[in-house]
Amino acid sequence: MEDTEDITMEATPEQVLYAKVLEKGMYVGLLILFITYAIYMFGILDPYLPIPQLSRLWTQNVHEYLTEAGIQDGWAWVGMLRYGDFVNFIGIAMLAGVTIMCYIAIIPTLLRNNDKVYAALAALEALVLIAAASGLVAGGH
Amino acid sequence: MGKYAKIGICILLCLMGAALIISPAMAQDHGDGYEATAASALIPQDTHPWWFWPLLLFVVTFVMGILAVLGGVGGGVLFVPIISGFFPFHLDFVRGTGLLVALSGALAAGPGLLKANLASLRLAIPVALIASTCAIFGAMIGLALPTNIIQICLGVTILGICVLMLTAKKSEFPDVPESDPLSASLRIYGVYQEASTGRPIHWKVHRTPLGLALFVIIGVMAGMFGLGAGWANVPVLNLLMGAPLKISVATSKFLLSITDTSAAWIYMNKGCVIPLMVVPSLVGIMLGSFLGVRLLKIAKPGFIRWMVIGILAFAGLKALQKGIFG
Repeated sequence: MEDTEDITMEATPEQVLYAKVLEKGMYVGLLILFITYAIYMFGILDPYLPIPQLSRLWTQNVHEYLTEAGIQDGWAWVGMLRYGDFVNFIGIAMLAGVTIMCYIAIIPTLLRNNDKVYAALAALEALVLIAAASGLVAGGH
Repeated sequence: MGKYAKIGICILLCLMGAALIISPAMAQDHGDGYEATAASALIPQDTHPWWFWPLLLFVVTFVMGILAVLGGVGGGVLFVPIISGFFPFHLDFVRGTGLLVALSGALAAGPGLLKANLASLRLAIPVALIASTCAIFGAMIGLALPTNIIQICLGVTILGICVLMLTAKKSEFPDVPESDPLSASLRIYGVYQEASTGRPIHWKVHRTPLGLALFVIIGVMAGMFGLGAGWANVPVLNLLMGAPLKISVATSKFLLSITDTSAAWIYMNKGCVIPLMVVPSLVGIMLGSFLGVRLLKIAKPGFIRWMVIGILAFAGLKALQKGIFG
């Protein structure tokens, strides 16, 4: 039924491309995360939420934490990047976003190889992840 | 055996010792459930210095990283039950952090596994689409349900994982007489070189529709509990769909980078990510994993695996106890 003549030991071009984008994004994300955490810990930027207050609030559920701390959910952190605690979200978002970049990157390669089904699946996956990242879909207490 | 047993027991003692130190504080501080948190002004101030919990988190996740490698489990599956059971952090933040811990491990391993052609992108893409979509729903359900219900479900799931680890067999090279029509049309097959023998191993999969259906459940559970899902991915890919063990393990690890991404965004957008928890956990588990890989040469994996099952069972019972008795 299947045509297995195209099998090789080597990873396919789209797989190699995915791996390269993933690798770069992961390293950049981790690097940013460590730098921003140092900024937070060394007090280079003042935190929005003082740590003693944070250690009282992290025992409560997220709804109460956000209400008491006066923090908006979703992408509101982008507007709070002047604070040492929120600047950490750049690296976290990078790590959480690199897979989206990988999927978008391989779509042209899949189309060039006339692999329309996988190109469609990759596009669909990118849309699912973008929907999750957008904050349009969310649950809560 | 004596030497290895000592190493294992030392690790176990560290983890249990940390748990014992933390437990009394947790009993005071952790106002679980809606009623307790409604009176949050009555929750006593944490008397520890601010660096106490992040430092302890780093130490415990470092030990967890070692155990995860030696026990052949993912970091996420150890992180959520242990940290939610014995630290004062609310389960919402533990799940958010657990997903990022599992995600980072998968992101770090993914490029190498893909380049070595051990993780199969063709196998992962359809599976990931289902699992990641369902992980979004799992995360939404997990964040909507009362904490005690989630604790009980988490406890049951962790105990189920223990049973799975005790009973599930693995097949190095499963017998797949013929591809099913779906996997054949999607061209899900491949070849890799078996390092131990040097011979090329051709593989294909079968029972793809049933496998994909099971990833609906796996995705929901991954999102609901923030566990990662390697414990479920591997049996489905290997035993049900018939992918060779190495391909299953590698593809499962890579899959986590996609499944956990979708769930992690939901938790992040809901505010369940606290950087002061995330970074020490990430660094701890990564450093522990590096040391674990070195210890793998001298440790007895069988013994460590038993120890991991024991720790998971203990954490599962603790989650059940917290869910039922508060």
